[in-house]
Amino acid sequence: MSNKDVKVPIEKVTISSKKTVAIIGNPNSGKSTIFNRLTGLKQYTANYSGVTVEKHFGKVLLNKNLINIVDLPGTYSLYPYSEDEKISVDVLKGNMEGTPSPDVILAVVDITKLYQSLFLIQQLIEIGKPLLIAFSMVDTAANKNLHIDLKKLVDKLGNISFCKVNGTTGEGISKLKKLLIENLDKNTIVDNNENGVNIYENKSNGLVSEIRNRYKNIKLILSDTVKEDRGPKKLYMKLISWINQPIQASILFLTVMATIFQAVFSWANPLMDLIDNGANFLITQIETYLPTGMLSSFLTDGIIAGVGSVIIFLPQILILSFFIIMMEDTGYLARAAFLVDKVMKSAGLSGQSVIPMLSGFACAVPAIMGTRIIPNERDRIATILAIPFMTCSARLPIYALLIAAFVPNTQFGFLNLQGIVLFGLYLLGAFGGIFTALLLKKTSLKGQDPTFILSLPEFHLPNIQTVFIKMLDRAMIFMKRAGTVIFLVAVLIWLLAYFPRSEEIESQRDLFINEAELYLENEELVSEINRIENEFSAQHLAQSYLGRSGQIIEPIFKPIGWDWKISAAVIAGFPAREVVIAVLGTIYAVGSEADEASLAIRLKSATWPDNTPVFTLPMVLGMLVFYAWCMQCAATLAIMKRETNTWKWPLFSWAYMSILGYVGAMAIYYAGNLILS
Amino acid sequence: MTLAELKKNQKARIKKINLENPNMIRLMILGLVEDAEIGFISASLGGDPIEFDLYGSAISLRKSEAQEFQVEII
Repeated sequence: MSNKDVKVPIEKVTISSKKTVAIIGNPNSGKSTIFNRLTGLKQYTANYSGVTVEKHFGKVLLNKNLINIVDLPGTYSLYPYSEDEKISVDVLKGNMEGTPSPDVILAVVDITKLYQSLFLIQQLIEIGKPLLIAFSMVDTAANKNLHIDLKKLVDKLGNISFCKVNGTTGEGISKLKKLLIENLDKNTIVDNNENGVNIYENKSNGLVSEIRNRYKNIKLILSDTVKEDRGPKKLYMKLISWINQPIQASILFLTVMATIFQAVFSWANPLMDLIDNGANFLITQIETYLPTGMLSSFLTDGIIAGVGSVIIFLPQILILSFFIIMMEDTGYLARAAFLVDKVMKSAGLSGQSVIPMLSGFACAVPAIMGTRIIPNERDRIATILAIPFMTCSARLPIYALLIAAFVPNTQFGFLNLQGIVLFGLYLLGAFGGIFTALLLKKTSLKGQDPTFILSLPEFHLPNIQTVFIKMLDRAMIFMKRAGTVIFLVAVLIWLLAYFPRSEEIESQRDLFINEAELYLENEELVSEINRIENEFSAQHLAQSYLGRSGQIIEPIFKPIGWDWKISAAVIAGFPAREVVIAVLGTIYAVGSEADEASLAIRLKSATWPDNTPVFTLPMVLGMLVFYAWCMQCAATLAIMKRETNTWKWPLFSWAYMSILGYVGAMAIYYAGNLILS
Repeated sequence: MTLAELKKNQKARIKKINLENPNMIRLMILGLVEDAEIGFISASLGGDPIEFDLYGSAISLRKSEAQEFQVEII
């Protein structure tokens, strides 16, 4: 939400309403939770280093004054090494355009990680603005038997106010607000360094010695303020370290992944059926109450089919998001990245890429959104380009149709040929993705092997409210961004398939129906009318803009064995690949509500003008390879544009995957024909 | 010995860092400086990367990075 969303009546605006607080802290310090507590704004947080690349704003009412709050990216220092750090430094110093210079800096410090945290605190003190420290993770400190003299510790740093805050329960937030008000009233540049340690020792010795000196000071400060009980570890800590052993961790990882896949495929089904039934119900209602014609067709084939094709994936996206958010919120995501890093390293990526890539098996859209957890930009782009190769749920109906129709159902022991082909297609997708990542990392995204420096956060219980808010947030992003694109394209495809209308075909259809009504009755008549309508809608399609373009591009697809009907269907499927089934259904005159089995039979009997079958085994296998690799999803392209902030990568991905799919299909088609002949 | 050779339940003090490697500055900022005490927590599958404890923070390093730190067992 941006600033202008909050409306303040003019008479209530005071000078201090222009005041700004900047929140800063190490990654996973609980910073975002405190930000959420203060502002009540929904905001994306993850248990990962450097997730908040975007600027996050909020407002909080303190003492009847509205105060701006800026949530800065999690960072360990103010050295401008990464984008995040550059942004933080610029905002803190008031050099960021569009962001007011902060009046107070609120630093969030994980009390169990003082050694690392105080490094940033030292640098913040040097900025010379009023500083306020909120100590978080107090309960974890108790679990770790840590005893800390906070008063003494802060006194050593300088004249700084501080409080303890529990982000999960909200304890300490009111104290924090009180301190914020006090500090905002100070309104002067303070010299925090007055009675604190001397932080600038000798800058001329360069960065390395500066870092060394800072940590020397930190050790000095911590030496007589922190005591750790050497007593027995608490049961909880023991359990955590047991589960983090490689074998236990691998079993846990596989279990978690299996559960997620199971959930995405099976839990979503009833909900998807519900949406499907709802859409069908609407279509039937419209067909009953509206006369057959353009309006009815636009509403059913255009609007409902278009919107339905988006909403149908919402259950899967919600379920997947739920699991990913839970993994982020509990700190498990970092653990998973740690576990699989070595495997991902062979593809030139790091462990952080694995979760988004696995998510891609459900849907590339949330998976690409999930790449924000990858701190290295080159890795992130390589991962984004690899994700669309993963076999998403929209490919499944196409695979299911073609395999069921054309791959023989033979058994090899306990293995089934159809199952093997399906599994092979999943492997083919994953292989394509990893190959692409490797290729990119070797060429245009060339750089050093990514360093894999990862802070592993403690496990902690997720905050259900936060999980829920984040889930809604992701659902909204999906519906808004992807929905508009798919919707518009669906309408466009409908227009192309509907126009131009041929009067001749219409009147001929009416003639046939009238004739049928003379000779047939009841069920026979209904099925005959259905048959006639399907046949004539196929004729319509043949001379529609879509059908004509299919015939124009047929020469392009002829080398891989496709006739104009398949070409048109595939073209129609470019915005959303699953559309191809509905279009094939219409073209092959089965009607879109006919089940897949009857479409399969129609496909089998489709022939070229010389009566040879169109759907031969090499052609079908080629088509499967085409679908495994080709980029046919406008939503993915749109989200790619959003996440990479340029059209360059989505366009490259689209062209690259289309060519790869085409070449793959051609190779299979020719090899297959060679073997068969 | 180097940090990469640290074994289970071992703790070490960093003696020397190979500053020729430009990545080391980032690790120093995280607190991996000379005289810092660092403990082995666990290794991932295949022994790489390794999770270390650094005064309460858990940091994961690849072996190739851990090799740049000369340490002595304490």
